[in-house]
Amino acid sequence: MSEPAHHTPFPSAGNISDAEREDLRRHGILISSLEELYGWGRSNSIWPLQFGLACCAIEMIAAATARFDIARFGAEIFRPSPRQADLMIVSGTVTKKMAPQVVRLWNQMPEPKYCIAMGACAISGGPFKQGYNVLKGIDRFIPVDIYIPGCPPRPEALLHGLTQLQDKIRAERISGPQAARHLQPDAASEFPVPDFGAHDLQPPSNPNLFTAPVLPRKA
Amino acid sequence: MHDEFHGDLLEVSMGPQHPSTHGVFRMVVTLDGEQIVKLKPVFGYLHRNHEKIAESTSYLGSMPYTDRLDYLCSMSTNWAYALAVEKLSGQAVPDRAQYLRIIMAELTRLVNHSCLVGFLFNDLGTSFTPLLYAFREREKILDLFESLSGSRMMCNYQRFGGCRVDPSPEWLAAARTLVEGFPRFLDEYETMLTGNEIMLARTQGVGRLDPAHAVNAGITGPVLRASGVGYDLRKVDGYGFYPRFDFRVPLGEHGDTYDRYMMRILEMRESVKILQQAFRDLPAGPVMDPKAKLRGFRPKAGEAYGRLEGPKGELGFYLISDGSPNPWRYRVRPPSLINLTLLEEMCLGHTIADAVVILGSIDIVLGEVDR
Amino acid sequence: METPEQIRDRLLARFPAAKVELVTNPGTAAEHSLLLDAAHARDIALFLRDDPALRLDYCSNVTGVDWPEKKTAVSAPKTAVPTLVERVDPNALPGTPAPASALGSTRSTPANDSGNYLEAVYHLYSMALKHGPVIIRLRTGNRTDRVTLPSLTPVWRAADFQEREIFDLYGIVFAGHPDLRRLLMWDEFQDHPMRRDYVAPDDFEWEPTPHGDVHERAKGHYPTTEGLKG
Repeated sequence: MSEPAHHTPFPSAGNISDAEREDLRRHGILISSLEELYGWGRSNSIWPLQFGLACCAIEMIAAATARFDIARFGAEIFRPSPRQADLMIVSGTVTKKMAPQVVRLWNQMPEPKYCIAMGACAISGGPFKQGYNVLKGIDRFIPVDIYIPGCPPRPEALLHGLTQLQDKIRAERISGPQAARHLQPDAASEFPVPDFGAHDLQPPSNPNLFTAPVLPRKA
Repeated sequence: MHDEFHGDLLEVSMGPQHPSTHGVFRMVVTLDGEQIVKLKPVFGYLHRNHEKIAESTSYLGSMPYTDRLDYLCSMSTNWAYALAVEKLSGQAVPDRAQYLRIIMAELTRLVNHSCLVGFLFNDLGTSFTPLLYAFREREKILDLFESLSGSRMMCNYQRFGGCRVDPSPEWLAAARTLVEGFPRFLDEYETMLTGNEIMLARTQGVGRLDPAHAVNAGITGPVLRASGVGYDLRKVDGYGFYPRFDFRVPLGEHGDTYDRYMMRILEMRESVKILQQAFRDLPAGPVMDPKAKLRGFRPKAGEAYGRLEGPKGELGFYLISDGSPNPWRYRVRPPSLINLTLLEEMCLGHTIADAVVILGSIDIVLGEVDR
Repeated sequence: METPEQIRDRLLARFPAAKVELVTNPGTAAEHSLLLDAAHARDIALFLRDDPALRLDYCSNVTGVDWPEKKTAVSAPKTAVPTLVERVDPNALPGTPAPASALGSTRSTPANDSGNYLEAVYHLYSMALKHGPVIIRLRTGNRTDRVTLPSLTPVWRAADFQEREIFDLYGIVFAGHPDLRRLLMWDEFQDHPMRRDYVAPDDFEWEPTPHGDVHERAKGHYPTTEGLKG
């Protein structure tokens, strides 16, 4: 399969250009690639983990209720068990006491799996960043696909984040060097769970995933 | 325990990730078959160091953090903090602001209780349906909060010496319409839920709490009143302008889960009455005391404990000032945490499925339990 | 309800050996409190709960307060090593003697004395008679090794989780508490983070805030910030 020159959410099928494909589609002939079909199917049936941490979880529930109706995007099946879930929405402050549990849940989820960091706390610690028991961003321990800022983000923002994730899933390749993470045999799927130390988590972050940003300082 | 009918005891760790623990609460339950013989709650999974952060933040700077304590009821948490600071500094509050505070607090009570009932029925296995009704009403009230304060959940509306913005006549008219329509929602809700046979079988006589133990354990709010103890700070302390209002405090008889459910329904009906009176009597005038100082606020040295009747129970703030811009000690008295003191006693002898329902009827929010 | 002075006089008449002092509150709230000595605290608490005129059957709020020595209390915390409390046997005798300086009859607010103790503050109300609050305080001998206070959980069950929280965050050991474990932090944790001299493990990036002491702390954490003027 040749590599398409452009990076639209729908990679073109084979050597047929998008214009030709549209032309055929108008005549009632659908041409698709396995890659496209695979991404289309996966992106429209994301099952999130029913996993609420703090304030943002209430907005996550609100996104599932009638007014916002996350079911329109095929993601209404909240699974209480990580074994059945595709998407972990880290909705709220991750404390140091909770962080090992979050990593463990992530490890229990089968591939392909995705992570949304919902809200300022999950991204960076947010307003509670100074806290001694607050993890300064869940991306210190697990890889995050989509960040949704806000405190808390509105349900619409969560829906927007979900559609962004759908675009990301649809753009994933089946093979080649740019293949999706779950199709690369060497890519890490499980991450080390931190231990409770005497003063802090051990280690305080996963060095393979996270390095502290270099801060610009005035001379 | 080890005879032919009893096997080994089984220890189950429920949570911190569990669909029915209302967040990241954890219970370590010891089971004999399905029966609970021991239950130890484990806290701290949402310990966000609110009190420590507040010690290095200005008095005003802590106000947004109070929103995130009990994130379903930010308006009444705001008020509790403002009440404590006003007590600390002797700050007066204009009449119109007092009425607005009561309006916001009672609207919050409606949000909290209707959602709680929805969550309680989720725990009973109704799979989301009552919650959809509750969230429909919640969205209407949240729209009001948003148009007034700028945020759906984190309103940050109260200030020391009044309220931040004055609602427009249109806002008041919309709020009034909502309150007039609320009893219809309650009737619909009750038709669906109150007489339900499964609900009666699962809640009556389950999780009894006797009044003497409840008082000694510091249980407050609807959970206490379901056991028949008439202690409502709106009546006892008469903070704000509550003494001007005509309302009743419903009391339960049995102290079981069913009574705790009914407390919420009856309190919502009383809240509607309070709201109607508040809209009727709302005076004109400023919403902030012109002498109130927000920035560079330094109360003189001393301490104060301010408390009010939050939707979950007695919510108190204990502040010690040393005369500096930051409080020396900032303490939240969390009703959710203290109401859990007797969880084990309430659950003993019941099945594990009942423990979930009993926990749901206590009404906790983890942001407040762990702070 | 009786004034705190009247309650103090009644307590002194009832418990001649006890030391009960009035701690005045200079703030507008003017809620004065009673400082009890640890040895008699349990008996006095029982008396307050069961006395027919008071009937303080409801312990609303239990707070820990840290009062380091005055000189460290006024300046911002330096990058000191966190003070660790050696665990004291919870079954040891309840009752550390009050410091000699605390033996006056009436004293002002704790902010004005020399400090160097931990304090537990109990707000008591009566649900039966609907009055309150009566505020009682207990103080430890110092902040390092004499940190045992008698637990009032046997008197008011409401103090159960709150005393555990104080044990966790301040390191006061409540003798006679039925289940004294850390409440919020994990069991392996060794510090008492609500103490004023606790330094959090340095793992958050510096970011500008308008708060002066955050700046000060940031400077302590980052030795190479000479240019940091805020």
